[in-house]
Amino acid sequence: MSTGYNFAYLDEQTKRMLRRALLKAVAIPGYQVPFGSREMPLPYGWGTGGIQVTAAVIGADDILKVIDQGADDTTNAVSIRRFFARTAGVATTEKTREATVIQTRHRIPETPLSEGQIMVYQVPIPEPLRWLEPRETETRKMHALADYGAMHVKLYEDIARYGHIATTYDYPVLVNDRYLMRPSPIPKFDNPKMDNSPALQLFGAGREKRIYAVPPYTSVKSLDFEDHPFEIQRWDQACALCGATESFLDEVVTDDAGGRMYVCSDSDYCGERRDEVEQ
Amino acid sequence: MNALAPETGLLPGFSDPVAQSQKVFRVVLEAMSRPGTIVAAHTVASAPRPLDPVAAALILALVDYETPLWLDPAAAQPAVIDYLRFHCGCPLVERPDQAAFALITDPKSMPPLSSFYLGSDEYPDRSTTVIVQVPHLDGGEGWSLKGPGIRDQAILSAGHLPAAFKAWVQDNHLLFPRGIDLLFAAPTHVAGLPRSTQLEG
Repeated sequence: MSTGYNFAYLDEQTKRMLRRALLKAVAIPGYQVPFGSREMPLPYGWGTGGIQVTAAVIGADDILKVIDQGADDTTNAVSIRRFFARTAGVATTEKTREATVIQTRHRIPETPLSEGQIMVYQVPIPEPLRWLEPRETETRKMHALADYGAMHVKLYEDIARYGHIATTYDYPVLVNDRYLMRPSPIPKFDNPKMDNSPALQLFGAGREKRIYAVPPYTSVKSLDFEDHPFEIQRWDQACALCGATESFLDEVVTDDAGGRMYVCSDSDYCGERRDEVEQ
Repeated sequence: MNALAPETGLLPGFSDPVAQSQKVFRVVLEAMSRPGTIVAAHTVASAPRPLDPVAAALILALVDYETPLWLDPAAAQPAVIDYLRFHCGCPLVERPDQAAFALITDPKSMPPLSSFYLGSDEYPDRSTTVIVQVPHLDGGEGWSLKGPGIRDQAILSAGHLPAAFKAWVQDNHLLFPRGIDLLFAAPTHVAGLPRSTQLEG
């Protein structure tokens, strides 16, 4: 463990400020609480929001898992995991079941989450209405009035243009039947996992200085229309490594002659399934 | 700090502020994200009367110079004020609606929840968090709770509260997303009642 830093890098006053914001976020599910985002030792866009939330939450007894697009062994995941191993001396794991805190960039693990676990999402743009209405004063008013017609129009325009809702990731959800929320750029495949999850879900956007949360057992509904119900992605292939048909698959190009394979995006889930087959 | 104590009568705060405030925060996070759940508290060794160690720990972990605190008349004793000024450095305010946090040590004579700051439609997060020190979290009339954080139903039986308290909480929920959030601090346990929780019956 590194010396010369406070536990988990941030100073205590910053942690208190983050903790107060987190408590208000939990009390108002889906509402974006402004907070004083600090400069972190890595650039915006690399998970500064998620790291600040994790730093405010994590304690010496926690076991941390970090994933980047489902994988534990990619650059962002490795460096954030090492950051907390060094600054907080916490135990880390790649196993979803063992983890008490899971920081994620853009996936929810395939292994079902359990009570007592905390998911921390890294969020680039927290405001679901931002591309429809650039003014913060206006989007804030739209949230205050629960005026979300513009988002339905956007989804309708997808249908008018492509015949189906073409949004595949960062698919807007309505939390607790009140606040419109960006689930962060997870594939819409993962949206149903947020609904009534037994785990607490926390979201941190460092550059945009917003924190929001979904408490356990809270309704998270993906927006849709009666005649165009919400659907998740499906593949006609199974995972080339573990044979899973129920998981989110990444397409991997294997040569320059059109060869490709599909593998699970969740590396822990895929590895666990392969270990089971070997035994 | 400890060396000063005998001379000034000032009681020590956390012995390990970093680890202890994290533990207290996780207790509060658990209580707030699962309303009605009775969570075992993490506490300080001692607190100036009439402040209980559990309520004192909540304040030490969450309150600082950025958060104006309102004390109910029973808590506004010189020993408590000195303790909070020294350990938290928080401004103490005259009126409940000026406070980010409020501490109630005598719930029977507390002001109605609507007298605290309820937040605005644009910024509902700015409302007051009210910490109510109660003698026990069972034996009161059992309220059945519904809402975010509760799988089917939860029961909370905080005792020693004003007769109108249940109606206050129901009215508070109707204001959602505005409204205050409640934390109950019992001698060994903590429970949360955020504005999102609905009281049935």
